[in-house]
Amino acid sequence: MAGVKILVQLAALFGKLSLLAVGGVNSTLPAIAREVVDGRHWLTREQFAQLFAIAQSAPGPNMLVVVLIGQRVGGVAGGVVAGLAMILPAGILVVLASGLWDRFRQARWRRVLQAAILPITGGLVLAAAVVLVEAADTAPPLIAVTAAAAALSYWSKFHPLWVLAAGTVVGLLAGL
Amino acid sequence: MRERDAGPVALGHAALFAGFFQAGIIGFGGVLPFARRMIVEQRRWMTAAEFNDLFSLCQFMPGANIVNFAFALGARHRGVSGAAAAVAGLLAAPVVIVLGLGVLYGRFGGLAVVRHGLAGLAAAAAGLVVATALKIAVPILQGAARVVVTVLAFGLVIIVHVSLPVTMLLVLPLSVGLAWRA
Repeated sequence: MAGVKILVQLAALFGKLSLLAVGGVNSTLPAIAREVVDGRHWLTREQFAQLFAIAQSAPGPNMLVVVLIGQRVGGVAGGVVAGLAMILPAGILVVLASGLWDRFRQARWRRVLQAAILPITGGLVLAAAVVLVEAADTAPPLIAVTAAAAALSYWSKFHPLWVLAAGTVVGLLAGL
Repeated sequence: MRERDAGPVALGHAALFAGFFQAGIIGFGGVLPFARRMIVEQRRWMTAAEFNDLFSLCQFMPGANIVNFAFALGARHRGVSGAAAAVAGLLAAPVVIVLGLGVLYGRFGGLAVVRHGLAGLAAAAAGLVVATALKIAVPILQGAARVVVTVLAFGLVIIVHVSLPVTMLLVLPLSVGLAWRA
């Protein structure tokens, strides 16, 4: 049974990040890695990259990595608490904002805010990519896998699951 | 006007749960395309334009976009309990699956063969995020103002190692100011 203290820590950490996840959960990945790897030493960098990859291989939204991190430190209760903390603050905010969003459909500030968020999202998601690459690519074959996966996904229409499966096979072969 | 967004008939809790459950359980590699097909084409809960408008809010607001969407759509139809039904439907299957994978990871993650496979999986997943980041960033990088904000947000996190709250505090006012002048 997970300690209550851990559950409170998970709720506080992901509750805060929930409100900072501009443009989606991926923009908080550097902050998550910083907190759970460097700050609290709940995971190693490789484990962080692996949990992210496992969440990517499952169906569902990409906030699931948060559930896996919570589960790792606080069992099933930790996973559920972390997941709820990641979705509730933002979800409540979006429900409150949705009426305003309609009312100010034509307002200039709505267009300005939308335009202002875009480049921040871009910068943060690029940062997330760097953090994951640093964490995942610990050997030359893995660097090649990342490069190939990025190129395939950017320039072709392969389903991501095929790319993930191919990467797993290469990892297995490289480990032989 | 705004009643029309909720469609002619308010959806029930069971319909909200079932629709989002369907999108969640088949949503490999991102739920958005599946949710969009379910809502706009299969169940005709919204027109494409209505979907885009509500989704633009969910992208703009913090949080997981598609989870936000379930919150907002559920709340429009049935208030707080509707939001709960939609989100529970969306996440029920994926959370159970991922918790199961987490148990397997805890038990077998240390085995050499699993470690090698996971290392390759993680490297591929990182590559997918690189591609996604480029797809998001490349179209945005038009005009000096946007480049400055993108580079600043990136640099503060990766090079200066500033925390995310501080990064937002520094970058958001600048970006709003630049967007206002544009």
